[in-house]
Amino acid sequence: MSLQVSELRVHYRTLRGDVRALDGMSFELGDGEILGLVGESGCGKSTLGKSLIRMDGRMRHVGGRVVLDGRELPIADDRAMNDFRFKEVSLIPQYAMSALNPTRKIRRMVGELLRSRGAALDAAELERRMDQVGLPREVLDRYPIELSGGMKQRMVMVISTLLDPSLLIADEVTSALDVSTQKAVARALLGFRDSGYVKSMIFVTHDIALTHHIADTIMVMYAGRLAEKAPADALVKAPRHPYTRLLVDSLPEVGVRYAERRLEGIAGSPPSLLDPPPGCRFRARCPLAGDECAEEPPVAEVAPGHHVACWKA
Amino acid sequence: MRRYFGRKLLIYGLTFFVAVTVNWMIPRFMPGDPVASMVARANVTKPEAVEAMRAYYNNLFGLDQPLLTQYANFWGALLRGDFGTSIWLFPTPVSQVIGGAVPYTLALVVPSVLLSWVVGNQFGAYAARRKLLDNTVLPVGYVLTAMPYMWLAVLLAWALGVIAGLFPVAGGYSFSMRPNLSWTFFLDLLHHWTLPFLSLFLVALGGWAIGMRNMIIYELESDYSTYLSALGAPARLIRRYAFRNAVLPQITGLALQLGVLVAGALVTEIVFAYPGLGSLILKAIQNKDFFLLQGAFLFIVLGVLIANFIIDIVYVVVDPRTRAGMAGAQA
Repeated sequence: MSLQVSELRVHYRTLRGDVRALDGMSFELGDGEILGLVGESGCGKSTLGKSLIRMDGRMRHVGGRVVLDGRELPIADDRAMNDFRFKEVSLIPQYAMSALNPTRKIRRMVGELLRSRGAALDAAELERRMDQVGLPREVLDRYPIELSGGMKQRMVMVISTLLDPSLLIADEVTSALDVSTQKAVARALLGFRDSGYVKSMIFVTHDIALTHHIADTIMVMYAGRLAEKAPADALVKAPRHPYTRLLVDSLPEVGVRYAERRLEGIAGSPPSLLDPPPGCRFRARCPLAGDECAEEPPVAEVAPGHHVACWKA
Repeated sequence: MRRYFGRKLLIYGLTFFVAVTVNWMIPRFMPGDPVASMVARANVTKPEAVEAMRAYYNNLFGLDQPLLTQYANFWGALLRGDFGTSIWLFPTPVSQVIGGAVPYTLALVVPSVLLSWVVGNQFGAYAARRKLLDNTVLPVGYVLTAMPYMWLAVLLAWALGVIAGLFPVAGGYSFSMRPNLSWTFFLDLLHHWTLPFLSLFLVALGGWAIGMRNMIIYELESDYSTYLSALGAPARLIRRYAFRNAVLPQITGLALQLGVLVAGALVTEIVFAYPGLGSLILKAIQNKDFFLLQGAFLFIVLGVLIANFIIDIVYVVVDPRTRAGMAGAQA
């Protein structure tokens, strides 16, 4: 097991009280596994991604453990966590387009960053990896503003994985890209895993269709908790949790004319995480909800590797 | 690159032309007749003599010619480096009068502008990450920057000059001394220079520190800073990048503020009776000395334009984005 997260609780401090963005998340990630993390806005997926590398000032680690390669990550201790960042856990941020210092040439910036982490710049290796994602080498002698959005994105991908981290968190990396670039980025991420630059990966997104192409396992989150986690095919083709089913049903299908049948969405919105209702958090929007749903459903393994948190599954 | 500077030079040329024209107009359309006051100073009572003197002076200064000819002559003389003859200190040439005042103004303006900018930036960047400093010293910065130059000058003159008696409150050097090249004279100059310098320095310092503090906080919250911290880069590196990027708007600010700073310096000189261009302008106005006024203004306009041009060049050197804008970005 590469990554083990158990009962992780991370809250946001606000003036009106704690927002429970992560409320007891447990999951495991194997070596070489790519985990697609899916859910609607505010379900806690970005919070999970951030918790594993760098919590921002408003986040507070309330409970739970994160173990990476047998070592516990000190996620609440910003300073101690520095030893793990970049080397063990790395991040491709959501804002990859603006992640590079605009007033430094890329070669110099990368060199300075590596030196500050006590690593030397291996120019040959850097260029080899750039070739792999289709970046011309001249890019290194340019300023970030001279690159297109897609180039910046790929540059950040190369930089983030330069120290061969064990875990890579790719946070909404494809959200701002057009479809053809999305495909290139997805393929590059797969290439990183296959070349052994990263051992395992968490691919945070809200695009189930794209995740299906690159992820081995897909995990669906709802309101700060795990809803369903299953091998990618099983989750898309035979979802067990009603939320996953509605999520998959709301995807458009190729070849279907939606003039006859309107595309279904999911009615309602997720509950406030400031003071979440007891029991199953999807209850208010769930078509199958019954009396037992007033009690919190445990995460059960319904098939090998297929975990669902639902009484009706 | 050449096109960029060509365009810049054209703009500066145009500004210069307009400034010179306005400069020529202001004294001529100002109320009062300088020749009449010169004649009156001579205490002549015979009407024929008065008439003769009037004609002589009008001819000497070229005031008997049509306005357009005067304007053309003005440009001609200007390009020859001839600013005319001072009326107040007749018959000293204006260039000579100004030449005597410029070193004092430069000695005051250049160090106060540059030092306040450098120290203010460092201080603001430091305050941005020290909560205590941010909460205590920065409010003082707000008070300082909101203060008119001459008001602080008067306060300093009163507190450090009159009450504490530490510094002289008037003049460029002691009245008992004649300018010469000696350590005693130099120290005396420095002694007189301190208070006007301090009042300029302190007011500008507050503004730069506040600007820098806000810019640094903005930069430290920007995406590239967040990314670097996520990769575990030390705070030192992130702060260095943030400072470097936060300085850029401060450079623009310097270009924008330059005119204000020079104007402030002129007023401060008057408060301290410092023998620079500011005091000279005041004297020129009081004595309706067109030519001296024109010369002084022209000098200031030229100085500010040159300084702005230098800042433009510096900006191109330090910000790669302006260079990319000139060459056209390549994807």
